[in-house]
Amino acid sequence: MNTTFLEYVVFFVASLMMLGGAIGVILFKNPVHAALGLVLTLFGVAVQFVAQEAHFLAAVQVIVYAGAIVVLFLFVIMLLGVDRAVDLSIEPIPIQRPLAAVMTVGLVGLVSAAVIKAGDAIGTLNPGLGLDVAGETTADGQNIVSNDGNIQQLARNLYNDHVLAFQLTSVLLIVAVVGTVLLTRKWPKQGAAT
Amino acid sequence: MTLTQSSIQGLVAIDPLGTGGLLWTALLIMIVKVLIIFGVSLVATMLMIWAERKVVSGMHNRIGPNKAGPFGLLQSLADGIKAFFKETFRPSKSDPFVYRLAPYLMFVPAFLIWSVLPLGGDFTNGNDGMVTIFGQVTRVQLADPPIGILLVLAMSSIAVYGVMLAGWASGSKYPLLGAVRGSAQMISYEAALGLSLAAVLLSSGTLSTAGIVQTQNSFADWNLVATGIVPFVIFLIATTAELNRPPFDLVEAEQELVSGFNTEYGGISFALFFLAEFMNVITMSGVIVTLFLGGPQPIAGIDIPLLPGAVEGTVWFVLKLLVFLYMYIWLRATLPRLRYDQLMDLGWKVLIPVALGWFLLLAALRQFSPDGTAAESIRVTAICVVVGAAAIALFMAALRVSQKNREQMSEPLQEGSPV
Repeated sequence: MNTTFLEYVVFFVASLMMLGGAIGVILFKNPVHAALGLVLTLFGVAVQFVAQEAHFLAAVQVIVYAGAIVVLFLFVIMLLGVDRAVDLSIEPIPIQRPLAAVMTVGLVGLVSAAVIKAGDAIGTLNPGLGLDVAGETTADGQNIVSNDGNIQQLARNLYNDHVLAFQLTSVLLIVAVVGTVLLTRKWPKQGAAT
Repeated sequence: MTLTQSSIQGLVAIDPLGTGGLLWTALLIMIVKVLIIFGVSLVATMLMIWAERKVVSGMHNRIGPNKAGPFGLLQSLADGIKAFFKETFRPSKSDPFVYRLAPYLMFVPAFLIWSVLPLGGDFTNGNDGMVTIFGQVTRVQLADPPIGILLVLAMSSIAVYGVMLAGWASGSKYPLLGAVRGSAQMISYEAALGLSLAAVLLSSGTLSTAGIVQTQNSFADWNLVATGIVPFVIFLIATTAELNRPPFDLVEAEQELVSGFNTEYGGISFALFFLAEFMNVITMSGVIVTLFLGGPQPIAGIDIPLLPGAVEGTVWFVLKLLVFLYMYIWLRATLPRLRYDQLMDLGWKVLIPVALGWFLLLAALRQFSPDGTAAESIRVTAICVVVGAAAIALFMAALRVSQKNREQMSEPLQEGSPV
């Protein structure tokens, strides 16, 4: 499949959304606006997924990340009342900013190195397209293969090949939930009742 | 030339069934579909608002709107025109951008759900819902993406932003309280919604809405029957909560919160919220019909005389839809509002465990009794019931322990001892 003009347009628009949102997360002074910037980034990623024919991942991206996680962020921001513009000149941890700069340079270097190193491989790898053959129809309009090839492939991968990793991830999440409950719980003080 | 052609093909490829043959006809049909659905959705919403006011007033022994047009049919139109020409204003403490954005975040998802609903189709003579227009074989549905029903979930999770940001951006406390309540409620019930949906997907084996309709060929195949009635009931309750309809309309509990998240809105932005709310009632009823009642499939294979097969599907769909629309109005006129803790208890402690348990039972039946023989099914069900009973007993024990702990902790406070 050759890259068409439309695919370029989609890619650049989605990338602009992602970059704009990401910059917004950092630059907006109001936490609610920053959270909305994050939502914009997540939508950009979802568009990229759709462009790569990973429809299921796009849907999950919107439902889980935009629909649940960022909503929880907003919840906390609103409930704690930190939604007023914050004075950014105050630094709670002094070394934080220089450290962040170092980390950023390191991360950019790492990603660029990976891209340069793996640049030759682009084009030789199977692009993962065509797993769902939604566009293929016969003369009488019937789909030859079901639309769900993509999802079935993903499910087979996740629940057969990587089932242990999947289970471990769920355990990790449970541990996180239990830990949160334990940490936020008010324990009765020993001997304070009398 | 090749550039534009390929890009148009890319556009049309969004509708997998609009491709092939003449490109321009496909594109034209697509545009016509969009326009028709846009018009139909607006008119349907207008009629829904009228019907709700009329039916509720009938149940209240009142007359209801009766001045504008015959039977007051044009009342919603008059209200819409009035709202549209009102001067828009913004409270001084509100957030300028988010305040304007919020109504659209609710309105646009409400519209987009229409795109995946199968609104009709030809199910006579084994046509499987295909309709031929100008030599193009297509569905009476705007798009049939492979993720189909997940789009509905995604849109309803975006609508949460509409409620939440509207309340926050108003810069006033009642809208904020309404918004926090509303979004907490919507997120909580989305879990139950998704779990009962999983039962349907298990029985249909596809995510595409057209595919889900196709698998419900006869009454026994309707997901209402095929999944047992439990997922249907849970889905119905969860959608009612998701729509913020009575008895779950805590978002706009007038006695406590003025009007909830939209208190500070007026004019066209309020009209957008209002429109989205009623449009969501129609779309979610459509989703229920699609998932559980076979969508535009005929009831008991009845072939309506004198009507072409292509129209019959729409007739069936509308008939089934009207049942649910009437039910929602009836609920509103009948049931008192729940208390907030009752709402959360129902969602988390009843609906989610039951939906999950029922889903596991269906999965076990499917795996260990694929032929559906009585002996095997009973054995699997018995094992599941035992496991389920043990799980429920553990759950109840945990609840009792936490209850006891809470009482112990609050005891010194009740006696007025120093904290």
